[in-house]
Amino acid sequence: MKITRAEVEHVSRLARLALSEAELDSLTDEMDAILDYVEQLKTLDTEGIVPTAHAVPMENAFRPDEIRPGFTPEQALSNAPDRADSAFRVPRIIE
Amino acid sequence: MIQRYETVIGLEVHVQLTTNTKIFCSCSTEFGQTPNSQTCPVCLGLPGALPVLNRKAVEFAIKTGLATNCRIAPRSIFARKNYFYPDLPKGYQISQFELPVCEHGWLDIELEGGDSKRIGITRAHMEEDAGKLIHGDKPEAAGSSLVDLNRACTPLLEIVSEPDMRSSEEAIAYLKKLHQIVVYLGVCDGNLEEGSFRCDANVSVRPYGQEAFGTRAELKNINSFRFIKQAIEYEVERQIDLIEGGGKVIQETRLFDSNTGMTQSMRGKEEAHDYRYFPDPDLVPLVISQEWIEQVRATLPELPDAKRARFVEELGLSAYDAEVLAADRALADYFDACVMLAKDAKTCANWIMGDVLRKLKETGESIADVPVSPQLLNGLMARIADNTISGKIAKTVFEKMWQSGQTADQIINAEGLKQVTDTGEIEVLVDEVIAANPDQVAEYLGGKDKLIGFFVGKVMQASQGKANPGMVNQLLKKKLTGN
Repeated sequence: MKITRAEVEHVSRLARLALSEAELDSLTDEMDAILDYVEQLKTLDTEGIVPTAHAVPMENAFRPDEIRPGFTPEQALSNAPDRADSAFRVPRIIE
Repeated sequence: MIQRYETVIGLEVHVQLTTNTKIFCSCSTEFGQTPNSQTCPVCLGLPGALPVLNRKAVEFAIKTGLATNCRIAPRSIFARKNYFYPDLPKGYQISQFELPVCEHGWLDIELEGGDSKRIGITRAHMEEDAGKLIHGDKPEAAGSSLVDLNRACTPLLEIVSEPDMRSSEEAIAYLKKLHQIVVYLGVCDGNLEEGSFRCDANVSVRPYGQEAFGTRAELKNINSFRFIKQAIEYEVERQIDLIEGGGKVIQETRLFDSNTGMTQSMRGKEEAHDYRYFPDPDLVPLVISQEWIEQVRATLPELPDAKRARFVEELGLSAYDAEVLAADRALADYFDACVMLAKDAKTCANWIMGDVLRKLKETGESIADVPVSPQLLNGLMARIADNTISGKIAKTVFEKMWQSGQTADQIINAEGLKQVTDTGEIEVLVDEVIAANPDQVAEYLGGKDKLIGFFVGKVMQASQGKANPGMVNQLLKKKLTGN
């Protein structure tokens, strides 16, 4: 096995995913298969090849430093589950 | 007490870049606006929004990299740093991980006693800032935190030093140097309180002679140089006490509390250190040509070290004067402009470090809005040099120039402050003073030479400060001793 069930559980917690026991089992198998495939790729000789950071052969997409209008506070908050004045309100994060 | 432990400090500084817009979108970066009034789909992390890199932010990063002796990476990439926190709408921060824009730099700091020490800079990478959390005590905030995303996506350059500092003094010297440079470059406003220049300190201790580093604590939440020093010193003591007491330092993030002067463990973020970085597919690689680097290099201003050296070597200032005048770019420019006009650098330095800085401090104004321009100050210095006014009257004239913005000549003429250099006029006053103080005259003639100051003072007073002090002195001596 390339990955343990405990590792899958750990990663799901980091990603805030609530997985059932059955899902944990099947995901462990699936991720194991993916890692197996990666192992296979690792046998290729990549000496002297620049790592691919992006799938599209493109570089330097820039914008000029010019202000453009964005949302009003009302628009920004229109999907907010909770708010106070023009701020998003979330459960208290520190004591 | 014999110090048995050596302190090891590495610093991570977040420099907020002074671009008009955010790093990946066109929202304004202005500080202190209504919460969530400077947002758009990109910085709110709405589905489908695409970040596009601000070219100016790259230019500022190159500029800072060059000024801190870094190698500018010909190719760098952006990565996602994944963690959940309410101030981070996307659930990840766009940062740089494997290939940062700047690497392998250094700064020389001056230590007490005049020695200097080289502090390595590991890397500097570009990233976006998070939003701001407000944990108010207001009733509407009870049991909740408020989120303002105006700051989200503001460009930062995180500059990471090597663990090269061995005391809080060295750490502060490094920070002040870096601060001075980024402000000189104009890439950061340098405001610590508003969070434009933020510092995290990695602090550990180890017994002298031990090569391996001790376990470090990361200190956060410190917004002044004084507090950084305090936080480091507290943390060093805490770690030594812990080790001496048989305990172990654990690697953790600790928050500094400026009210108690102590650092406290930050709970519940242990797992957050598993950031699972990966290249951001939304952003293409950043390629910086040698040509672009040279273009930016050509715009670098004279940096503080070079300026200080020039002030000492070419203008003959003392190391102290050079330090004070070069500390602030606007002040140094003001000084340079004065020297250009007046030639006499030492006199310019004295006026600026004395009266100009004193007035600025009194009025709370900055050198940028100084009412006495280099031209005006030069006009005043010229009237002292040609004996039109005495140094003492010049102070009065300076004061009036500051208030009115008038030239020295206008004030001298309007107020009749021209120095009296007419021998006859001064002689009359000298005679009067001698006649009015027979006792002091007798004492002076009896050998109490110091009394000459008393007579000069009296004559100057009688002339309302306008008599030429040198002439007064000369005439007094002549009259008193009768030759």
